[in-house]
Amino acid sequence: MSENIKNAAPQVHHFKKPKSGNQDHSVHQTTPYQVVSVIVLIIIAFLFTFPLYWIITGSFKSAQAVNARIPVWFPTEPVTANYVKLFEKPAFMWMFNTVFVCVMAMIFTCIAASMGGYALAKKKFTGRTIIFSIFVCAMALPKQVILIPLLKEMAFLKLHNTLWAVILPTVGWPFGVFLMKQFSENIPGELLEAAKIDGAGETRTFTQIVFPMIKPGIGALAIFTFINTWNDYFLQLIMLNSTEVLTISLGIAKLQSEMSTDYGLIMAGAALGSIPIIVIFLMFQKFFTRGITMGAVKG
Amino acid sequence: MTKAMKGGTSLSRANQRRENIAGYLFMLPSLLFFVGFVIFPMGLCLFNSFFDYTMTDFRFIGLSNYKELFADPIFQTALINTIVIVVVSVPVTCIFSLWVATIIYKMHDRYTSLFRCIFYLPVVTGSVAVTVVWKWMFSPYTGILNYVLKNLGLISKNINWLGSPDYALGCIILILLTTSVGQPIVLYVSALSNVDHSLVEAAEVDGATNLQVFWRIKWPQIMPTTLYILVITTINSFQCFALIQLLTSGGPNNSTQTIMYYIYYNAFKLSRYGYGSAMGVILAAIIAVFSAMQFKLAKSDNG
Repeated sequence: MSENIKNAAPQVHHFKKPKSGNQDHSVHQTTPYQVVSVIVLIIIAFLFTFPLYWIITGSFKSAQAVNARIPVWFPTEPVTANYVKLFEKPAFMWMFNTVFVCVMAMIFTCIAASMGGYALAKKKFTGRTIIFSIFVCAMALPKQVILIPLLKEMAFLKLHNTLWAVILPTVGWPFGVFLMKQFSENIPGELLEAAKIDGAGETRTFTQIVFPMIKPGIGALAIFTFINTWNDYFLQLIMLNSTEVLTISLGIAKLQSEMSTDYGLIMAGAALGSIPIIVIFLMFQKFFTRGITMGAVKG
Repeated sequence: MTKAMKGGTSLSRANQRRENIAGYLFMLPSLLFFVGFVIFPMGLCLFNSFFDYTMTDFRFIGLSNYKELFADPIFQTALINTIVIVVVSVPVTCIFSLWVATIIYKMHDRYTSLFRCIFYLPVVTGSVAVTVVWKWMFSPYTGILNYVLKNLGLISKNINWLGSPDYALGCIILILLTTSVGQPIVLYVSALSNVDHSLVEAAEVDGATNLQVFWRIKWPQIMPTTLYILVITTINSFQCFALIQLLTSGGPNNSTQTIMYYIYYNAFKLSRYGYGSAMGVILAAIIAVFSAMQFKLAKSDNG
């Protein structure tokens, strides 16, 4: 899924602030083609929001409404029974586990990636080109194929079936380092030189000069990691199986396999699993978009 | 992007040593995680693929896993299905995203970001939540799809979408499409906004039509983005897993069996780790070949 912002490629366009005043289009006349496309686009956009609408309304439908032969388009008599049933299951714990995994993965990824990215962009150490190439190549490989040995490794480290088995591989994924290298490229070398001349050590240079300058990048990476970890179902499925370590995605999947026709309950689970992450996405949308576009740009 | 590498062509030896130490110290945390949880398992995957590796066994068998693989009819079905998914979803995703992006990038900022969000929604909603709601919509009796299509007169009786070998793969591709256009749209909007405006204006002054402006000026400039989108969409389509696991488990009758699901099935349901690893190696190789091909193709197109 979207976790795969992998770069296998391009020599790209300059990263300008999108839409810096290209209002020249206002002089164009609107053609019939444009009118039709906007109408079609709006219809498709409605279809795209429909599954979410169906999750939310479905979660408030009574069993009768859910199983009606003629679909109930809107629950006129909303019920909370599905949520009551959901929280009789360990849904709180699923949520807690999910948030814990996401926050930890986010923190560690941001620390490791901002340091690594800075080094790759600004430190001229021997072997950095090779290391960088390996990072880029690794991004193009399917993450899932390493799950078999990863499972064994986690079992060996006695981490299998703990939340760390999901957190650690997430931190290892090279996209973060790649993204932070992109952001670090923009730090002017003169500034780093000046700091050196003023007698600032490496640590101070990093924390007081580099860090503030790459903050927007860290923001993008943080939100990116959070959302992708939340939705990384496959890794969670392999690593976690006892009830007390399940995440919300696994919880929903479990509900589905155990009571496959209780769609009201399943939708309540889906709503619980998706609404928080959608809210977070909408709040930090700007950062997120920047992360995606920067990730595609190769310096 | 500019690299601020001014003057520093040759550092003195002491300086170079200091750079090395500092560089590697900064790299240490990310390298540790990367080597430990990506590179090492990758190597192990290749290594294990030469072994008969199950719950009880661990025996070197050379290339036998690979030999078995190419004779395995289910693997062939899985391979064909995976290629069908990729061949259908990649072009559709790219064309659709480009179409959406060309419409929305000129709009007022507010609407651009509204549409961008809407098309990104299925990605953020998460594969599991998306999958379970589609399962309900596809359901033969209480599903909304049958109801709507019947009322529109498009079908005469309820169809068991996911239970029929004729439709199941199509349904999977449809859902996959809704979850894959979000990111390409974001990328295309950004790329189109960055197209050199003086060129577009010059062409317009010379009387070029919109279509000509698009093909002659914008298309070449967004080519690197297209290439990137082709690659990530291909990788995503190859890896489509949650949809299959939760909707059909590869059925009915292997009609939605894919390599990714078959790896999971062998390794984690049958505990045939060696055999699964061999499939993983093949999948990685196929993806590498596909990416390289697209790279070549797009390059020659552009040149």
